[in-house]
Amino acid sequence: MKQKFNIIESTCVPLPLENVDTDQIIPARFLKATTRDERFFGENLFRDWRYRPDGTPVPGFVLNDPRYGGEILIAGKNFGSGSSREHAAWAIAGYGFKVVISSFFADIHKNNELNNFVLPVVVSEGFLAELFETVSADPSARVRVDVPAQTVTNLATGHSESFELNAYKKYCLMNALDDIDFLLLQKDKIEAWEKR
Amino acid sequence: MNTLFDKTWDAHVVQHVEGGLDQLYIDRLYCHEVTSPQAFDGLRARGIRCLRPEKIICMPDHNTPTHDQDKPIEDPVSKKQVDTLAANVAEFGLTHYGMMDPRNGIIHVVGPERGLSLPGMTIVCGDSHTSTHGAMGAVAFGIGTSEVEMVMASQCILQPKPKSMRIRVEGTLGEGVTAKDMALYIMKQLTTSGATGYFVEYAGEAVRNLSMEGRLTLCNLSIEMGARGGFIAPDETTFAYLKGREHAPKGEQWEQAVARWKTLRSGDDAVFDREVVYDASDISPMVTYGTNPGMGIPVNGRIPEVESIPEEGRTSFLKSLSYMGFQPGEVLLGKPVDYVFLGACTNGRIEDFRAFASLVKGRKKAPGITAWLVPGSWEVRRQIQEEGLDKILGEAGFAVRQPGCSACLAMNDDKIPAGKYSVSTSNRNFEGRQGPGARTLLASPLTAAAAAVTGVITDPRELL
Repeated sequence: MKQKFNIIESTCVPLPLENVDTDQIIPARFLKATTRDERFFGENLFRDWRYRPDGTPVPGFVLNDPRYGGEILIAGKNFGSGSSREHAAWAIAGYGFKVVISSFFADIHKNNELNNFVLPVVVSEGFLAELFETVSADPSARVRVDVPAQTVTNLATGHSESFELNAYKKYCLMNALDDIDFLLLQKDKIEAWEKR
Repeated sequence: MNTLFDKTWDAHVVQHVEGGLDQLYIDRLYCHEVTSPQAFDGLRARGIRCLRPEKIICMPDHNTPTHDQDKPIEDPVSKKQVDTLAANVAEFGLTHYGMMDPRNGIIHVVGPERGLSLPGMTIVCGDSHTSTHGAMGAVAFGIGTSEVEMVMASQCILQPKPKSMRIRVEGTLGEGVTAKDMALYIMKQLTTSGATGYFVEYAGEAVRNLSMEGRLTLCNLSIEMGARGGFIAPDETTFAYLKGREHAPKGEQWEQAVARWKTLRSGDDAVFDREVVYDASDISPMVTYGTNPGMGIPVNGRIPEVESIPEEGRTSFLKSLSYMGFQPGEVLLGKPVDYVFLGACTNGRIEDFRAFASLVKGRKKAPGITAWLVPGSWEVRRQIQEEGLDKILGEAGFAVRQPGCSACLAMNDDKIPAGKYSVSTSNRNFEGRQGPGARTLLASPLTAAAAAVTGVITDPRELL
């Protein structure tokens, strides 16, 4: 959903697993939808880790743990690998996450998040490990993501890191604009390229 | 600098956008039924049409059943998605190879087969395995649905330019070792994120010696190394494959095209951001034991011990083995198998069926094995019949189904039941990929055939 990003300060949901693939984020059987109903995808985020086949919650999975909540998902290295399904980004957005923090993202999924106003924040392995520690010790610990300054701060320890964000994408996020808005204005340049 | 990737990418840049993105012109957009409906909705919401409808080719493949395609799809949700694509292509005036159309099949099999994917092109599709088309010497990569909408609206996409990497495989592959094994081997070395951020050029003697089908398999799996795409510079193998294909240039235009395509190679002074070299003779038939494609071992090898896994990866490693029902340090040879799947955009081509048939010829399907042999397209199915492979397979107890993505991701009714072991020629062994609870072991068509006739994990070299 298009929304303006500025400063996000929130508690976090930790998922300390590596190589979380998009089949786990949203299994293929939920890809049959023909509409972009983010709530539907959000309800099925991590479906097979979150619910048993009979629909009852899997105890112990972090989304079922009442101690955890917030707008920030913290995940292990190589988040979003595998399929290009944008449904994964829709599920993350639909669940209510605005930021995903990891030490490494798969390329296509990272773009999909940005195109859906979910901010992927890449931090160092050390910073990520500390975040996991902080949040598991105290689920009420808060993290601050400052988009204009491009910094992420573990408010419990005061440790901060800067993160990379393409200047164009930053402008889009802060002004709730998407790429198609931009590309539709480029028709002359496209036609000139075709005639070259 | 001066890599084939640079040349192709740079030639398609409409403009550099402030902030480090390129507006890249796209020569070919492929669409399937799963990742396109919301893009068409987006166009309608904005009140716009496709800018270059003639450059867009659509076909259903993910939901299509692999039997009785002449009848309506039974699953109403799958049917709706396939019908939605047909309605959208009619409304937007696009090309459509619908179910039962002799041109239909898995997009990544059909594109090269019909000469729609050509050297030097930029090709995208809302599907991560779009990297397959790189085998034709094209820059091809998977995109999300918002990006599909972008390309429909403007024939362009905004992307940061990936870095370039060359993977050379020198020497000669041993008997029974295929392009699939080469890819699984590279993934094991690099891990599934080892090539993230890069576009890969495959080179070296063992790559050049691959057939077109083998090259398509290798490039298909680029995404499983994390790479956005992978390609092979076009050469005589490419030209011989393309000549005479439906949409390939003809006559004088063919000669001109080949002359142009011959210039599509990295310069001798090309500088890659990263380069790795492997020796083909180190590669054995491979099989995966875990839940990502980088978790592979030689078929006669052992699952790693916990101590050999870096500490931060151990939780995921053990979770993975627990899902698969395996123990660290175990041998896979001799493990019982329930299902065998030959097909997918990875290994659903004629050569894959030839390989499978060559191994099962004169043998019988093992009792207790359910085998699904799914050609990648109607054209592949036609060739199977023309070459009489269906008879060889039939005598060994195997039936050839109708084309589609099938059990690769189980969006149709080809689902592996929970807890069952499947030796699959597809591309992903993620948890639940072939059905909730299904346990997938990725392998080549030869290794899949060996499992199909013995009922257990078997080194195919023992049966050649």
